[in-house]
Amino acid sequence: MTDLQRTPLYSEYKKSGAKTIDFGGWDLPVQFSSIKQEHEVTRTKAGLFDVSHMGEIHVTGPKSKEYLQGITTNDVTKLVPNRAQYTLMCYSDGGTVDDFIIYMLAENDYLLVVNAANTNKDYEWLVENNTYSTKEVSINNVSDDYAQLALQGPLAERILQQLTDTDLGAIKFFRFAQDVKIGNIPESALVSRTGYTGEDGFEIYIDKDYASDLWNLLLEKGANQGLEPIGLGARDTLRFEANLALYGQELSTTISPIEAGLTFAVKVDKGDFIGREVLKKQVEEGPDRKLVGIEMIDKGIPRHGYKVLYEGEEVGFVTSGTQSPTLKKNIGLALVKRELAQLDQQLTVQVRNRELDSVVIKTPFYRREK
Amino acid sequence: MSIPKDLLYSKEHEWVKKEDDKLRIGITDFAQDELGDIVFVELPEVGDELELNEPFGSVESVKTVSELYAPVSGKVVEVNADLEDSPEFVNESPYEKAWMVVVEPSDEAQLDELLNAEAYEGVLNDEE
Repeated sequence: MTDLQRTPLYSEYKKSGAKTIDFGGWDLPVQFSSIKQEHEVTRTKAGLFDVSHMGEIHVTGPKSKEYLQGITTNDVTKLVPNRAQYTLMCYSDGGTVDDFIIYMLAENDYLLVVNAANTNKDYEWLVENNTYSTKEVSINNVSDDYAQLALQGPLAERILQQLTDTDLGAIKFFRFAQDVKIGNIPESALVSRTGYTGEDGFEIYIDKDYASDLWNLLLEKGANQGLEPIGLGARDTLRFEANLALYGQELSTTISPIEAGLTFAVKVDKGDFIGREVLKKQVEEGPDRKLVGIEMIDKGIPRHGYKVLYEGEEVGFVTSGTQSPTLKKNIGLALVKRELAQLDQQLTVQVRNRELDSVVIKTPFYRREK
Repeated sequence: MSIPKDLLYSKEHEWVKKEDDKLRIGITDFAQDELGDIVFVELPEVGDELELNEPFGSVESVKTVSELYAPVSGKVVEVNADLEDSPEFVNESPYEKAWMVVVEPSDEAQLDELLNAEAYEGVLNDEE
């Protein structure tokens, strides 16, 4: 095995007996106890995730807003300090460079939190397409400075509120607070009400040197609420049930955000940006392919990459699939020809050497009660 | 990690139990632990032929699909239908409740190629 990267928390989860795997070049925990059990804990109580492998790119300078507006798909001008936005970057052909969250820290001061495996690619793309001077727009990959923990689940707020004087109730969805003091940790944290599980919860950014302190403090103070550490296996099933896209599966260089059903984050009328022409056409005319939810009728589990057939013809492929731990159903997301992307449409999934029936169902598969 | 002394093992982590002239087959405790929560088991039908080292079914966890490789050749005479509705037996009871098939071996000599418990333990130690 080549040298895998490790987050600042590696020794913590080794201590707790986590099973780690190579995840895009990172040695990360796939599970601590069991994926099903961890999934359930996050849905019903709370789970703590180490997501320090995520990339952070800092964009500053007097032209930052104009620059980001021209390279991302969502409308950056809607942001005000302490608000975050889900957005994407696309190639000129509409394919996706990455999907990520922009945090507006202050005027002309933005933090982009990107997919780990895409960090270098994104950074290069951002630099390559910066038509401003470095004085006007400065771009820095600061991924190594930050640790990121996600505290997710219905009891997340209760757990974190025990440890801070900041009124967490005041942090609404996709907003954040900076300089949050947590317990006796000397360095303050950035706390946002965001996540990748379909549950309420927070993502916490802190100086990497305090990652272990924060991890242990949260687990200790959250224990009485049932808080447990959660691995990437459950992170994937949680995000999948909530229909949150995973780059490399629902999105890729050859899948546009419109095809993936992320039109809400693509503002084709905001002015020019990379990919606008193709994306605008897809919005207006409808994309050739659409992402749908499918449920297996026959016994079998749809998996990433399996072919989808209709009347013997290949009409698409499965982007993600598993047995949903919450619904106990064999379900998947599939990118299929748009004329077949209709509720109740029957589709065949090629599961290895078998052709199994499935039906298009509504997404998200899971929505929390508010 | 449980490795019963009275069973034979394949390097692909199947166990084989001699029962008179038939063989009962399943996957080992190590295998189920590596796979995690088993949610689906696909098995052959009675009458199907297993061919040594060829896939004869699959076990799916939440995360992945793993093929089952035949530790011996032979004809399937019994299939554990309980696993269809209770795939979790594979995690809970890999050597008892989660037996997968019973076969009539077509070549007894293949049994000599399987490992005893001690040798299988050696294989596991090498993997870790």
